Amino acid sequence: MTSLLTATEWEIVGLSLKVSVAAVALTMPFAYGLAWLLARRFPGRMILDAAVHLPLVLPPVVTGWLLLLAFGPNGPAGGWIAAHLGIAFVFRWTGAALAAAVMALPLMVRAMRLSIEAVDHRLVQAARSLGARPWRAFLTITLPLSLPGILAGLMLGFARSLGEFGATITFASNIPGETRTLPLAIYSGLQVPGGEALVTRLAIVSVLLSLAALIVSEWLVRRQGGRRAHVL
Amino acid sequence: MSFELRISRTVGAARIEIDVAAAGAVLGITGPSGAGKTSLLNCVAGLLRPDSGRIVVAGEILFDRATGLDLPPERRRAGYLFQDNRLFPHLKVSDNLSYGEKLSRPEHRWIPPQDVIDLLGIGHLLDRYPATLSGGEARRVALGRALLSAPRFLLLDEPLAHLDAARGEEVMRMIERMRDELHIPMLYVSHVESEVARLADDVVALV
Repeated sequence: MTSLLTATEWEIVGLSLKVSVAAVALTMPFAYGLAWLLARRFPGRMILDAAVHLPLVLPPVVTGWLLLLAFGPNGPAGGWIAAHLGIAFVFRWTGAALAAAVMALPLMVRAMRLSIEAVDHRLVQAARSLGARPWRAFLTITLPLSLPGILAGLMLGFARSLGEFGATITFASNIPGETRTLPLAIYSGLQVPGGEALVTRLAIVSVLLSLAALIVSEWLVRRQGGRRAHVL
Repeated sequence: MSFELRISRTVGAARIEIDVAAAGAVLGITGPSGAGKTSLLNCVAGLLRPDSGRIVVAGEILFDRATGLDLPPERRRAGYLFQDNRLFPHLKVSDNLSYGEKLSRPEHRWIPPQDVIDLLGIGHLLDRYPATLSGGEARRVALGRALLSAPRFLLLDEPLAHLDAARGEEVMRMIERMRDELHIPMLYVSHVESEVARLADDVVALV
């Protein structure tokens, strides 16, 4: 197994997985909270919806630059986090994770929101009439019934994070072993003579990882959906 | 007084108005489809807010526009049998049955789970998921779930719909027994006037 890739390539794959897992873990609670909020009617919903979707339509380089302004060492958020939590983003893997998280957010919110909206409100009413307060009805009915969407959102976000390029290279730069994830390493390989072998192997790894993420999410959704397909 | 319902509510283009005070245990509500029978039950359950008026069941004020009182559904202790059952699809029958029971106060419970299971003949269904039940089976489970939530009163929305004649007669007898032995107040909604006439002490027709 280890001979398939060089030590450097394993490091790249490992870093990519670390960045993507951290990005998805960081985003999940926010994404679900936003999805829950956006499934409701309230003043200003359109504006919040647009803001959440912004990373999907903006050029990723612009998103990276905006992140640099906000989370750079002199940015308002970056300065505060560095001072109080001791976390720096620029030139660090944490920055790559933050960039991937922001880029994955819209996809995750979309998937989760659809599944929350698909939960039959009449079931929540039934839970309330049986004595459940709103938060308990949410925990026992809405949350478990929207689980397939949460899983689908996680996998979509994970796949999106693995592929993140523009915002990452703009915000966190392209540092080997720190922010050089799979797409950045493939790009760098294309810039040097004789890098084709590395590029080929990393491209194959990318395809396999993305396929695996898709298959796992499909399988999870189907497994959940089987007995929940009908609402009696 | 079992039921004092004096409310009005506009739903879409329809206007529902009722003004009744019934002393008997069972108050029947009849009327054609679209007359607002289910909306009326939703008002009593706290799922729909009346535009005006007041709702009192067995001495407890559930809603009073004049004083601003409006108990949330979870505090009304209504045993609501929905027309569409609304069983929780991700929970087994046993967990559907115990959902409301677990949330009720022990001192409020008036019937043990085994009695309900025997009464409704649903013991063989406990490990199944709602999607695998027939219409009649789902109906009985939904009724069991409502009974086990320690309700002060029952809201029965077309309880015999989707049941064959034999099973319908059984459920009818069971409702009669609950009326005669448990004296639990019931709002019984049906578009079949003979059903309502057989069970109810008082009948109100919505138009």
